[in-house]
Amino acid sequence: MTDLRLTIFSVVVAVAALVLVVELLRRRRLREKYAVIWVVISIGTLIVAIFPSLLRGVAQAIGIQTPSNLLFFGSLLVLFAVSLQLSREVGLLEEQSRRLAEEVGALRLRLDAMEKRADEAAAAQDATEQQKAERGA
Amino acid sequence: MTTEGLERVEISLNGSGPAHEQRLLVVLPALNEQESVAKVIGEIRASRPDADVLVVDDGSTDRTAERADAAGALVMRLPFNLGVGGAMRAAYRYAHESGFTSVVQVDADGQHDPREIEHLLAVRDADVVIGARFAGRGSYVVKGPRRWAMRLLSFVLSRIIGVPLTDPTSGFRLVHGRALALFAEHYPEEYLGDTVESLVIAHRAGLSVAQVPVVMRARETGVASTNPVRSAVYLLRVVVAVGLALIRRRPESEHR
Repeated sequence: MTDLRLTIFSVVVAVAALVLVVELLRRRRLREKYAVIWVVISIGTLIVAIFPSLLRGVAQAIGIQTPSNLLFFGSLLVLFAVSLQLSREVGLLEEQSRRLAEEVGALRLRLDAMEKRADEAAAAQDATEQQKAERGA
Repeated sequence: MTTEGLERVEISLNGSGPAHEQRLLVVLPALNEQESVAKVIGEIRASRPDADVLVVDDGSTDRTAERADAAGALVMRLPFNLGVGGAMRAAYRYAHESGFTSVVQVDADGQHDPREIEHLLAVRDADVVIGARFAGRGSYVVKGPRRWAMRLLSFVLSRIIGVPLTDPTSGFRLVHGRALALFAEHYPEEYLGDTVESLVIAHRAGLSVAQVPVVMRARETGVASTNPVRSAVYLLRVVVAVGLALIRRRPESEHR
């Protein structure tokens, strides 16, 4: 059967991953929507580490001869899904920041125009007041 | 900025303005064009005194914005570089909200002759008018793989849109009313998207595209690349841009 040392090693790695995720969540460094998948993966790893026969069973059931290949295949799929999701999120963020930049540009343009108009109005008012003062004197 | 420009802005803030009258905004997307921008603005104001000029300063690190302001243009300063597509989408949105009826895009590097704007405006019944090279006027020549890429691109786009287009990547273009409203919301910002995909989007929205032969001047700064690797990359990006434009859904449901 499986070497006890291997089981201990796998359990330690899985627990460490789980602790890291929980700690990041606790410190509000990880948002809930990304944390769920990592928690699920860590718990899955822990289960497989404790009960390696589970992996063998599933591998046999779907016709994979070497159980570790099922593990690799599963890991690849998960990593692919996660990186695809992150790419999507990055694209969304980029689009949002672009929209914001465009809005900032437009607002600055309007602000410049209003400031100039206000300055001109103030200058005109100063001029008329000066004229009045001169007339009064 | 002139008082005329201020009045226009005031009208736009009130959200009213005569709808029947044509109001033209000339937009110059500019990235580090301090050498040429003032001259181009001067030429535009000389040939179209009725038009407003908007320079979109796309994150320049030189004095482009200052010089454009001194030359009497409206200046929209973007906080960081968005590329021509992003700059133009911001400009279209501004123009649309400010009640302009037409927008003509002109390069700030002096490549496009502002006197040619007349020829674009002379076209009736088209929502998008492209000022095109290789269409009979002018002597602009491109050689090698880059030329094949442009040939392929113009062939495919002409087939898709149903109008002969000899220079679909031209940045010298005029956009009217309905197309302006569309581009204010949906203008692709990816590489080649602003020129190529925008035409496909306009066509799919039922808008008409036309081209007018124009004379373009030689670039005042920089030389067009003839490096075969770059040309191959360009060709690949052309294929990707056209492919994406074709498979993408119509952008009506993405309203955020």
